Amino acid sequence: MTQTRSLWEHGVKTGIIGGVAVLVIALVGMVESFHRRDIIAEVITMGQVLLLIGGVFIGYIAAKRTGSDESLAPGLNAVIGSSVTGGFLAFLVIVGRLINLRAVLVNASPMLYKLLTLGHKGVAGIFIILLIGMGCGVFAAALFYLPRLTRRVIILSLSSMIIAGVLQDLIRPVIAAWGPVAVVSEWLFTGNGLTVSGSISIVILIAVVMTAWALKGQDIKSGYGNLSGGSQRGIKISAFFMLAVVLLALPHILGLFLSEVLTIVGLYVLLGLGLNIVVGYAGMLDLGYVAFFAIGSYVTAVLTSPELGFFSLTFWQALPFAVVLGIFFGVLLGIPVLKMRGDYLAIATLGFGEIIRILVLSDFLRPWLGGAQGAGKIPKAAIMGYQFITPQQIYYLILAGCILVVFISLRLKGSRLGRAWMAMREDEDVAQAMGINLVATKLLAFATGAGFSALSGAIFASKLGSVYPHSFNVIISINILCLIIVGGMGSIPGVIVGAAALVGLPELLREFAEYRLLVYGAALVAMMILRPEGLWPEVRHKMELHAEEENNIGEPEPSTAT
Amino acid sequence: MAMLEVENVHAYYGKIHALKDISLNIDKGEIVTLIGANGAGKSSTLKTMSGLLRPRQGSVRLEGEDLTALRAHEIVTRGVIQVPEGRRIFGQLTVMENLDMGAFTCRDKQQIKTNIDKVFILFPRLQERRRQVAGTLSGGEQQMLAMGRALMANPQVLLLDEPSMGLAPVLVDSIFDTIRRLHKEGTTILLVEQNARMALQVASRGYVIQTGVVVLSDSAENLQKNEMVRKAYMGEN
Repeated sequence: MTQTRSLWEHGVKTGIIGGVAVLVIALVGMVESFHRRDIIAEVITMGQVLLLIGGVFIGYIAAKRTGSDESLAPGLNAVIGSSVTGGFLAFLVIVGRLINLRAVLVNASPMLYKLLTLGHKGVAGIFIILLIGMGCGVFAAALFYLPRLTRRVIILSLSSMIIAGVLQDLIRPVIAAWGPVAVVSEWLFTGNGLTVSGSISIVILIAVVMTAWALKGQDIKSGYGNLSGGSQRGIKISAFFMLAVVLLALPHILGLFLSEVLTIVGLYVLLGLGLNIVVGYAGMLDLGYVAFFAIGSYVTAVLTSPELGFFSLTFWQALPFAVVLGIFFGVLLGIPVLKMRGDYLAIATLGFGEIIRILVLSDFLRPWLGGAQGAGKIPKAAIMGYQFITPQQIYYLILAGCILVVFISLRLKGSRLGRAWMAMREDEDVAQAMGINLVATKLLAFATGAGFSALSGAIFASKLGSVYPHSFNVIISINILCLIIVGGMGSIPGVIVGAAALVGLPELLREFAEYRLLVYGAALVAMMILRPEGLWPEVRHKMELHAEEENNIGEPEPSTAT
Repeated sequence: MAMLEVENVHAYYGKIHALKDISLNIDKGEIVTLIGANGAGKSSTLKTMSGLLRPRQGSVRLEGEDLTALRAHEIVTRGVIQVPEGRRIFGQLTVMENLDMGAFTCRDKQQIKTNIDKVFILFPRLQERRRQVAGTLSGGEQQMLAMGRALMANPQVLLLDEPSMGLAPVLVDSIFDTIRRLHKEGTTILLVEQNARMALQVASRGYVIQTGVVVLSDSAENLQKNEMVRKAYMGEN
C-alpha cells in the first residue's frame, strides 16, 4: 500500500459509512420532520442541525482514525470524509430529481430536496450541498487541531445551545413561571426557536463558565482536598442538603407536565433498581421482570378497587400485601429456574412474564381481575388527609419510594449478601465452593428484585387509578433492561441516569415519537461501541474495560511484609 | 485414623459412569496425590469430595462425619476446601476482594485479618498487587491467588486441582515449593496432577486412576519406581 493511498483511505471509508447513515436519516423522514422545529428562529432548524452534526462528527472521526505522522493528514481526511458524506446527499438529490423515488421511498419528497439544497434549484443546489459538506469537514478539522480544552468548550457550548433549542417548549414555561425572570424567556425564545441574540448569549455564557471551571477547577478541587476532614464533611452535608431541597422543590419549579414525566422516570428508577439487583448484582438475566410489576399493580387493584368489589382497603393497607405477594412470586419463579443460566434463564423468565400477562388478560380470571377491561377506581394514596392526586403530589410518593429503594440497594451492595451475589455473578461453581449457599442467594436476589418491582407496580396502579393488562407488555421488561445497560450494570446512579435518558427524554420529545425506537436502537449500538461500561458505570466495570488506560490502579504499593 | 475417606464411590454424568468404585484415604498432615490421564476421573473424584458432584453410591467421610449428604457450601464449613482446576479466580474483583470471598464462611474479622497476613507472607506478590483487578494478573499470580483464596477458609483438607496447569516451569517449581511449605505447616493436601513427576516428589503416597478406576496405590517412592507409572505418566520409554 502506498503512502498516498493510506492517507486518503480513512477519509473515504468513514465518509462512505457516514454517507449511508445520513441517507438513512434523510430517507426515514427524520430530517424533514425535524425541520418543522426551529432551533434558532428563522435561521436554522433541528433537521439542519441534525445533518450538520452528522457531517462534523464524520469529519472528526475520519481525522481521529487517520493516525498518520503527517500533520496535515487528519485535516485532509476530515474534509474528505465530510465531503464524501455531502456527496451522498448530493447524489440523492440528483437521482431524486431525475426519477421519482417516492413510489418506494415515501420520504424522498421534493420538500426534502428543497431543504437539502436550501431552496436552490439546478446545479447551484448540488454545489451548495457539497460546499456545506466540505464546510463541515473544515470545521471538524479545526476542532481536531484545537487544543483539548478549547475543543471541549466549543462543543459543549454549542451543544448546550442546541439542547436549549430542542427543549424550548419545556424550558420556556419553567422560566416564565418565575415572575420577574420571565423577561429572560421573552428575550431568549420566540414562538418557535431561540432568538439570535439569545442563542449567542447561551453559547458565550456556557463557554465562559466552562473556561473558568477548566482554569480554576483544579484549584478548587485541590483546595477542597486540603480542607480539614470536618469542613469537608460540612461541605458534603450542605451539598446533600441542597440536593434534598432541590428534589423537594422540583415539581413546583417544573410545573405539571414535567412533573408527570418525572413520575414516570421515577417509576422506572424503582423498576430499574430492582432489576439491577437481579441482573447487575447477581448476574441473572431476567426478561420477565414486568410480571412482578403487574403483580404489584393487580394486587393493589384487587384489594382497593370498589369496581372489582372484593375489598376496599386504602392504598397503604394494600401496599404491604402487594410487596409481599411480589416477593412470594419472585421466589416462586426462582425455584424452577434455580439451575438455569444465561440464555436458558432468559427464555424461562420471558415465558413467566408472558404467563402473568396472559393470565391477567384471560376470561378465566375475569371475575377477579377484570380481564381485558382491567379494573378502575383504584383510590389515591393519602397520608393524614394529604392526598397524592396530581403528578406533583404523586412525585413525592415516588421520590420516597426511590429514596427507600436506593438506600436498600446501597446497603445490600456492601453487605455479605451483596458479596455473595457478586461472586455468584462471576462464577457460580466457585462461589459454591467458597461456601455460598446458591439456592438461598439466588432466591434472595429474585425476591428483592420482585419486591421493588411490586412496590413500583402498586404506586403505578394508584397513580393511574386503573390497571389494564396491556400496560404489562414484554417491552417494559426490555426497556428496563436497556436502561440498566445504558446506565451501567450494577451501578445505582447509572440506573437513574439510564432512566432519565431512555424514559425521560422520549417523553419530552413526544412529537418525534415515531423515531423513538430508531433512536433507541442507534443509541444502544453506539453505547456498546463507544462506552460499553454505561453512562455512569460502577467503578469495577470501568476498571475492567479500561485497564490499559488506567494503569495506575495496578500500581504496586510498598510491601510491608516479605 | 484416616482424616478424609472416600469409600466405594460411584458417580455419573447423566448416563456416563465416571467413577467406578473409587476408594481412597488421606491421613492428617499428609500429601496424597492422584495421578491419571485426561478424563480418567481425577477431577470428578475431587468434586465428589467438595460436594460439587454427588455420588450415586458410596460415601465421603471427614473424621468420621459423612459428607455425602451435605451440599457444597456446607462442606466448606467443615474445612474441605477446593482450589478449582484452571484457577477460576473472580476476574472482575480485586485481589483483596478475592481473598475476602475466600473467607466467606468466616465471620470472625480478627481471624480474617490473621489469615490475610498469612497468605501475604506466603505470597508477597499478592500483597503488592492487592488492589489490582484479579483478571489482569499473570497466570502464576492467579494460581497464587486461587490458593490464597482457599487458605482464607482455614482448610482442614486442601484439595488442589492441577495447580501446575498452563504455567511456565519456573512458576511450577514455585507453586510446588508453596505446597511443601503448606505441608510443613501441617495442612493436609490432596493433589490432583497430570505432572506426575512433580507430584510424586512432594507427595508421600499416590493413587493412579484410569477410566474411573483406581488401578494402583502405593507410596510415592514405589510409584516413582513403578515401570507402568514411569511409562504412562512420566514419559519414559
